Amino acid sequence: MLHIYCPHCAEYREEEEFRPKGEAHIARPVEPEATSDEDWGNYLFFRKNPRGLHHELWYHAAGCRKFFNITRDTVSYQIHETYKVGQQPSVTKQASSSKGAAK
Amino acid sequence: MSQQNRLGTGGRIDRSRPLRFTFNGVELQGFAGDTLASALLANAVDVVNRSFKYSRPRGIVAAGAEEPNAVVQLGASEAAQVPNVRATQQALYGGLVAASTNGWPNVDKDLMGVIGSVGGKFMPPGFYYKTFMAPASMWPKYEKYIRKAAGLGRTPKEKDPDIYDHINRHCDVLVIGAGPAGLAAALAAGRSGARVILCDEQEEMGGSLLDSRELIDGRPASAWVASVLAELATMPEVLLLPRTTANGYHDHNFVTLHERRTEHLADLAPSINGRRQVRARMHRVRAGEVILATGTHERPLVFSHNDVPGNMVAGAVSTYIRRYAVVPGRRLVLSTSNDHAYRAALDWHDAGREVVAIVDAREHPDGDLVNEARSRNIRIIPGSAVIEANGKKRVSGAQVARIDIGGFKVAGRVETLSCDTIASSGGYSPVVHLAAHTGARPEWRDDILGFVPGKVPGMTPVGGVQGKGAIAEALADGAAAGVAAAQRTGFQVEAPALPKVAKVREGRAVALYQVPHVKPAMRAPKQFVDPQNDVTAAGIELATREGFESIEHVKRYTGMGFGTDQGKLGNINGMAIAARCLKQTIPQTGTTVFRPNYTPITFGAITGRHCREFFDPRRYTALHAWHVEHGAKFEEVGQWMRPWYFPRGNETMHEAVQRECRAVRESVGILDASTLGKIEIQGKDAREFLNRLYTNAWTKLDVGKCRYGLMCKDDGMVMDDGVTACIGDNHFHMTTTTGGAAAVLDWMELWHQTEWPELEVYFNSVTDHWAAMAINGPNARKLLAELTDDIDLSRDNFKFMDMREGTVAGVPARVYRISFTGELSYEINVQANHAMHVWKALFEKGEKYSLTPYGTETMHVLRAEKGFIIVGQETDGSMTPEDLGMQWCVGYKKPFSWIGRRALTRPDTKRDDRKQLVGLKPLDPKLVLDEGAQIVLEKEITIPMPMVGHVTSSYYSPNLGHSFALAVVKGGAKRMGQTVYLPMADGRVHAAEVVSPVFYDADGARQNV
Amino acid sequence: MSEIAQMDLNPRGAVKSESPLAMARVNVALASSARDAGVVVREKPFLGHLVLRGNAQDEAFRGGVERVLGLALPLALGPVARDESRGVSIQWMSPDEWLIVVPAGLEFEAEAALRRELSGHYAVMNTSGGQTVLELTGPKVRELLMKCTPYDVHPRAFPVGKGISSVFAKGSAVIRRVDEERWELVIRRSFADYLYSWILDAAEEFGVFVAPAEPAGSAERRIVREVAVEGH
Ligand SMILES: [Zn+2]
Repeated sequence: MLHIYCPHCAEYREEEEFRPKGEAHIARPVEPEATSDEDWGNYLFFRKNPRGLHHELWYHAAGCRKFFNITRDTVSYQIHETYKVGQQPSVTKQASSSKGAAK
Repeated sequence: MSQQNRLGTGGRIDRSRPLRFTFNGVELQGFAGDTLASALLANAVDVVNRSFKYSRPRGIVAAGAEEPNAVVQLGASEAAQVPNVRATQQALYGGLVAASTNGWPNVDKDLMGVIGSVGGKFMPPGFYYKTFMAPASMWPKYEKYIRKAAGLGRTPKEKDPDIYDHINRHCDVLVIGAGPAGLAAALAAGRSGARVILCDEQEEMGGSLLDSRELIDGRPASAWVASVLAELATMPEVLLLPRTTANGYHDHNFVTLHERRTEHLADLAPSINGRRQVRARMHRVRAGEVILATGTHERPLVFSHNDVPGNMVAGAVSTYIRRYAVVPGRRLVLSTSNDHAYRAALDWHDAGREVVAIVDAREHPDGDLVNEARSRNIRIIPGSAVIEANGKKRVSGAQVARIDIGGFKVAGRVETLSCDTIASSGGYSPVVHLAAHTGARPEWRDDILGFVPGKVPGMTPVGGVQGKGAIAEALADGAAAGVAAAQRTGFQVEAPALPKVAKVREGRAVALYQVPHVKPAMRAPKQFVDPQNDVTAAGIELATREGFESIEHVKRYTGMGFGTDQGKLGNINGMAIAARCLKQTIPQTGTTVFRPNYTPITFGAITGRHCREFFDPRRYTALHAWHVEHGAKFEEVGQWMRPWYFPRGNETMHEAVQRECRAVRESVGILDASTLGKIEIQGKDAREFLNRLYTNAWTKLDVGKCRYGLMCKDDGMVMDDGVTACIGDNHFHMTTTTGGAAAVLDWMELWHQTEWPELEVYFNSVTDHWAAMAINGPNARKLLAELTDDIDLSRDNFKFMDMREGTVAGVPARVYRISFTGELSYEINVQANHAMHVWKALFEKGEKYSLTPYGTETMHVLRAEKGFIIVGQETDGSMTPEDLGMQWCVGYKKPFSWIGRRALTRPDTKRDDRKQLVGLKPLDPKLVLDEGAQIVLEKEITIPMPMVGHVTSSYYSPNLGHSFALAVVKGGAKRMGQTVYLPMADGRVHAAEVVSPVFYDADGARQNV
Repeated sequence: MSEIAQMDLNPRGAVKSESPLAMARVNVALASSARDAGVVVREKPFLGHLVLRGNAQDEAFRGGVERVLGLALPLALGPVARDESRGVSIQWMSPDEWLIVVPAGLEFEAEAALRRELSGHYAVMNTSGGQTVLELTGPKVRELLMKCTPYDVHPRAFPVGKGISSVFAKGSAVIRRVDEERWELVIRRSFADYLYSWILDAAEEFGVFVAPAEPAGSAERRIVREVAVEGH
């Protein structure tokens, strides 16, 4: 049972108020008709399933009915941050690996 | 019997309140304050069960959750039956009825025992896999017999009359375990003003302090416990939960607590003032900080016949004597690897019974407790251990020998001591189970010879579970953790002054798990590691020889730590033995994973209130009471209760549906359509949004007009459909399927919020706001005309697919001339609070037209006659609009690439051999095909038989005079007129002709009148 | 017809209205009086419910709402704006969504007044038939709510005045704390029977009493109108 901070309600809420909606930042190709079958297939069906940091889209179904993003570790289930649709994550694999390299 | 093992004084029992109870049919007596186990021991009941696999007699071994043998069936009546109750955790009450769960026909005279006594060679580990799994078809027969013989308890055959519930709690600090460390932590955190929950699985809080020999501030430790509990009880933000087991530790400090509220009072929950009381409650706790003060479980030593009744762990002996005033025998031999266990001998001695000897595995035991034993002239045998117990249903002696631990062998002659009780202690295993639930791997500590909890964010282990078992140390550790946890959750408090506790000097323990025997380990008399699952040391050794090197594989192959036990008593010993056999260290061997629940929980507590009428929400329309009154049979659609059909008199469903179908086609019928999803859409970009959402075009839909729309996912597959009306230029009223309403609204929000936030449009569910009544049939217009004087119903002024506002039966209404039956039809929508008035008025005026209420079944037949699809019935997430023959509903010319468009031009969605919607006309006109039946092209069955589709809807139509079906068939559009076949499981093969899916009034004349 | 269809859905003549709880039954042993009960349940039926959508950053939007309803638009999750004497409240539901509750029968006037005052991108949607209000009072209401919702109802997390929406049993509800021991639930019509039965069942151990529904007053009909007129 995750404890999730909704960036719109500005509160921690229980997981049962939310619904997961899969990988975040899956943008629909701007010109679908100019997109190849392969690229369209990738957009429709192919998703990351990483071990570790993952950016996910969630929906505050029983609360404000807003979609937002979560950066979550799929191993420890630790939530590093939540942020609104349209924003970019500040915790990323790149950021953490470059931090690791600096150490 | 007369409680012959009960002491005349001492203990925490109330001798003024004797309680009668029954065990295996025998009436016995105990006292208030007893557990069932302490009362059984008081009455010298040696055999409480038969073992799972070998059917060996078993007695009580422990005093707490780790008890493996005294697992009983509880309940005086059938409805009150509860299996798998540990006698050590069940408070005694007057009238308690318990029985052994294992043993058939009974524990003393056991048929399986015959097998058990010779069974060692026949039942090695993996026995069930090796013996009973082949042939697989026989397993159900074997299993039935094995289960009956092994006896795993049984569920009640009657309904449980008790109620259970869940409660959601939030706190700053959750303290699990109310021993010295937990109490100190709760006290410190509680004084800060933080919200604190303290839970403990026992009847009384205090843990080890309740049977401690030591003094706190010069008084018995239990007096300090009482003073702390009294202070905690005065704190408004502190919640004390005794009889409450933390049974699961989940993500982000979410912990479930299983509280037994009435199980110490009776086997069924008593009512108070006529109000039913909750028997068991699951607290779902979200904690800021968790303090884990779960203490330790003592490990017994693994020696031959260590399962004969009379073998106990040393600490349990102390607990029974000091807490319950029960001495579970006359003559004690203690076998130990450490100082702490000496308490058992001292307590036994204090009780005035004979301590035959203390057998200590260490060459030079030295410590305060050792010295006290010496000063009492108790015989101490150093460098030795009990290697085998004598006796069958009760210990009659202990075989003692000098042992070489490093060489794993007996190093001297064997001496047999006469005794009836063997207490053993191989050290103390921290109770790491809860922390392990989170996925944190326990970490081995050589200094304490045990695993401590792995790191969990927001969790602090304190006291015994951290290897700080001495009282003074535990108090200090707990208090510091309480202060720190309070601070981390935003509360300031000074560390509480700690009480004075004299330090007990203890010598270093030695690592001893399996005791060597004079015979090699594989041939020594059985040395039990996990008595509940009858796992022996030799069994573990055999598993490692057979190639099982991972401890998880050893566990599964032998059954160690299975079932209700979850590795409390035997796991560390088992790992140590596996490590020895694999010639590696214990940390290299590692632990198995512990999973919730820590101890068994009744289904009642898991279910809580989510049962009976509360299992799933039932949603009702505003007209439900009328349907009930008029005898409707109901069907659950989503969570809605919808009238299925309205039988008259003794009508069967078939007869009722036939009558309802005719009424609609011949006069007028009425359907409660309120369950259809309704979404209000407002905004200047509403039209554009609909263009992107639906497959067809919405730009030119005039105000006051309705249009049917299909919705696809972006993979081009149909996800929902419905009629949407334009009620203002920037204002639309959308309908969805009953089951799809919430999903469609979420879908619209998803696209609006994540892809097209620039579109100025808002949506809101108005499903519940509007009640919808659909009148269908040639007389629908006449009926409606009787109830409205402000809507022009004439054919030319209120056309098919028009919407009008007006008044129906004096109630403001929106009337949609749409049809799901193919008949002349009006759907009257009014604010739901006024719906019953309108519905009743329709029936008043409808009498002369024989207005007939109909349900979902008739609706299905009528729409299927017209070839109208139902999403989820004709579609399954793999049907495109074109597969459904609905090209007319696809607007390829719309400028924006609407949801699903791109996918519809992929080669796969363009194939002409996709499954396509067709009608089927069975060659036998009375035959109603099975929905879901597979369709093939050949009558003769060959293998493999290519299947080309299946039946999606199938009915008998009184209007057509024959049966008919809708189906999806590969390339079906090109198969019109062909005969296809439907092989049934019983060998029959039905035949049907492929026809158009529109069976009735193909040109739509009836709905355009 | 215009860009937006507005319709007064309340009948003019004598029409018997039925609240969502009209058919609800009591399946538990009730306390003999409100005084003996830890929880008193009362329905406040037929109130006017409007969903308002719009841009909270838009000053004109905020000002328009305030002129019509006499209450400042709440801009974040927290206290419900409420005038008990006029029976009007505004609750923040989402950054661009509010729940407005007005006395019975006034929803059309309120909607019309809002539409007169507001412009640009906004929406007003009438949901009066689709939901009802349950009032829960008594010393045990907080404990009862803990059995119903995962939301923290402790005064430190849920002070008087606050309103939220969350999971409730296996459905959902809007939960508002009106007073120390007085709470309101706004529940959906189709779930009303389920939630009401659940509440009674869960409250039985505390003693539960069902008080007669609050009569839908007609005297207050002018309140919103007056405010709206004042605004001009
Ligand atoms: Zn939210």
